[in-house]
Amino acid sequence: MLMYLCRRIAAIVPVVLIVGVLVFLMLRLTPGDPAAVIAGNSASSEDIAQIRSQLGLDQPIAAQFFIWAGKMVVGDFGESFFYKKTVASLIVDRLEPTLALAVLTIILATVISVPLGALAAYRQGSWVDRVVMGFSVLGFSAPVFVIGYLLIYVFSVKLGWFPVQGYQRLSDGFGGFIYRLILPSITLSIVYIALLARMTRTSVLEVLNEDYVRTARSKGLSSMKVLVRHALRNAAVPIVTVIGVSIALLISGVVVTESVFNIPGLGRLTVDAVLARDYPTVQAVVLLFSLTYVVINLTIDLLYLVLDPRIRY
Amino acid sequence: MNAPVLDVRNLRIRLPAGGDRAYAVNDVSFTVSPGEVVCLVGESGSGKSVISFSVMGLLAKALEIESGGIALQGENLVGASEARLRALRCTRMGMIFQEPMTALNPVMRCGAQIDEVLREHTDLSASMRKTRVLEMIRQVRLPDPERMYTSFPHQLSGGQRQRVMIAMALILEPALLIADEPTTALDVTTQAQILKLIKEMQQTKGAGVLFITHDFGVVAEIADRVIVLKHGSLVEMGGATEVLMRPQQAYTRMLIDAVPAHDPPARQPIAETEPFALRTVDLAKSYNTISLLGRKRSVAAASEVNIEIRRGQTLGIVGESGSGKSTVARCIARLIDPSEGRVLIGGKDFASARLDQLHAMRRKVQVIFQDPYRSLSPRRTVGASIIEGPMNYGIGREEAMQRARKLLDILRLEPSALDRYPHEFSGGQRQRICIARALAMEPELLIADEAVSALDVSVQAQVLRLLEEIRHSLNLAVLFITHDLRVAAQVCDLVAVMCKGRVVEYGSAMQIFTAPQHEYTRALLDAAPGRHFAFAQAGAAA
Repeated sequence: MLMYLCRRIAAIVPVVLIVGVLVFLMLRLTPGDPAAVIAGNSASSEDIAQIRSQLGLDQPIAAQFFIWAGKMVVGDFGESFFYKKTVASLIVDRLEPTLALAVLTIILATVISVPLGALAAYRQGSWVDRVVMGFSVLGFSAPVFVIGYLLIYVFSVKLGWFPVQGYQRLSDGFGGFIYRLILPSITLSIVYIALLARMTRTSVLEVLNEDYVRTARSKGLSSMKVLVRHALRNAAVPIVTVIGVSIALLISGVVVTESVFNIPGLGRLTVDAVLARDYPTVQAVVLLFSLTYVVINLTIDLLYLVLDPRIRY
Repeated sequence: MNAPVLDVRNLRIRLPAGGDRAYAVNDVSFTVSPGEVVCLVGESGSGKSVISFSVMGLLAKALEIESGGIALQGENLVGASEARLRALRCTRMGMIFQEPMTALNPVMRCGAQIDEVLREHTDLSASMRKTRVLEMIRQVRLPDPERMYTSFPHQLSGGQRQRVMIAMALILEPALLIADEPTTALDVTTQAQILKLIKEMQQTKGAGVLFITHDFGVVAEIADRVIVLKHGSLVEMGGATEVLMRPQQAYTRMLIDAVPAHDPPARQPIAETEPFALRTVDLAKSYNTISLLGRKRSVAAASEVNIEIRRGQTLGIVGESGSGKSTVARCIARLIDPSEGRVLIGGKDFASARLDQLHAMRRKVQVIFQDPYRSLSPRRTVGASIIEGPMNYGIGREEAMQRARKLLDILRLEPSALDRYPHEFSGGQRQRICIARALAMEPELLIADEAVSALDVSVQAQVLRLLEEIRHSLNLAVLFITHDLRVAAQVCDLVAVMCKGRVVEYGSAMQIFTAPQHEYTRALLDAAPGRHFAFAQAGAAA
């Protein structure tokens, strides 16, 4: 077990290394010059060359990589070309909105989808099942920005219940913070609700045919207790896996929603940084995302141990 | 006589349209009195489990009670509300199931699972419940109750799990215990213990027991009265000895006759001049794990196995689960790699053969597996499954088909079977298809790994007869792996008894079954249900 943990943690190193090399190379191999972006339209080629040497971009790629990697190892993410701030402070600034949105979304998605999916499985073939599954198909197929604009139109423009756009920091009050996050989270959660409800239904259906569910019924338990205590718990492993993957997808996939609702999060930062050829920022953000993936996957695998006592590493 | 605990009257349960018959249970009536064990016997599809589930109110939705009554201590259960049925379950009727491996919730501790019954049906406090559960665990003779209480099902053996199930079903002392093939999945020695426990619990609690089984050995062991079912209808009912010794109906007699006798028949010895088809020399298989601290742990699944089979001879390996008999079979077929020793087939060492040499040798050893339902690909026709092997060894399609048709004829299957899919066949037919598939390779050694264990007795007898015929006509060497001593007694020339990975006794079937030397062999033979009941003779005499 401890050995397994050490092995898994050690495996993070090559992942980060490979991602680092790839993102570094990819940025430099795509057309576009950060110096030109910074210098603006009216700059002369001498100005651009000067900026290039300031940024260290006139050095060979290998040298640039080792300078960057050397700094990363000691925790120095460098300075953004574009924002004139350290990348670390940029990320810290943008982390809160993204994290808040992701966490609220996943809570919302889980709380809604798991009971719905379990109910659909329990009442397989009934109207409840059909409605849930119908919604699931709809939720899958509607693009996020369509749902977003639709919700804004109905709830903000027409009904006036929620603000159209914007974000309030947690430090400026919890009420406003949550209030402004509700529409974006609902928007973002629709597809995950669809996915998770479907997943829950499938795995609960499978478990409902198991012998121990029959045993539970032969004890005289009510349907509810059989469903929650015996079926759902056993169906949990695939559900938790999908929730975990959803979190990972969410954190890197909030770009559209952040744009629609004008939330200054990591997704927006990534898009802006790519457009501005802001190499240090893009590199740091991508690395952060990949690290999150690895950590979430590890967490899921460890959760299996809690959920199913038969699993031993 | 006391008022019956269970009174089933003219029960008729309809099957969904499109089944092979209209009723799963057709006009069945019987009673179970307090302190009585009534056995419902029948082959698969006879409706015996359907009856037990209908009593518990746990019938699948597709099945519906059309008419008739089920009375538990005088209270009618047909049409009773779900709430009422829930209240009765485990308080007045408890049930134990066939598969102790899957009947317990794998993610819940055993104690909590037993406790759940008390939580649901009583107002006892948590500490009183715990005392009661521990007491019950002790009553079903589980060792170390405190540890059992906190164990998960996968940490227990099959027999222990079945004890947990029994504790759960009986903790509220129900008047009726329904046992649905409770020992079928267990080893003989464990089976004997569980049967004893059920009998004991039934006597101390005075419960009526409805015991469902397909095994006449078990019937002879435990039943007071017997009910024989066929295709959902009652064939014969009566006192246990009466039905077993003097069956009135032809069907009952056929079932009893099909139970293999305990003593081996006299067999013609195989000539010493016949060449060896298989010899193993110190065959061993061990599994190594490295613990956290780097300590190596080696678990021997089989060690120092030395067996020999001549052409035309059948060697049986008998033993309980975990004895290593299947490991040996798999090593011989090189489905897994042996850790040590040699497997000589036709003089060549199969154990150390390299992958490229293995291909040519594989043809000589063919295996028939236990479960005919899962060992044929459901999406390929029977013909495609049979000819795949020979074609893989360079035989033309036409010739392979020719061979397949001939084999089906030998195995008494219609040639049209070639174009059909496995789900269209019964269990016995499928197993014959599996045999055809193995024989199509023209092997020198046929390994039958519990090949008849999943079959009904009448079908089992049929398949065994066929195997004997084929062995004789093709002069085939057969390695017969089984946990069923009766079966082994009937078909084997030689028998190896395995226990904990070692062969503890090895000799002719006659010697092993009539004069066992090793203590473990004797224990095994003693544990066999219905040991003292001479089945085949009883049938013949009647």
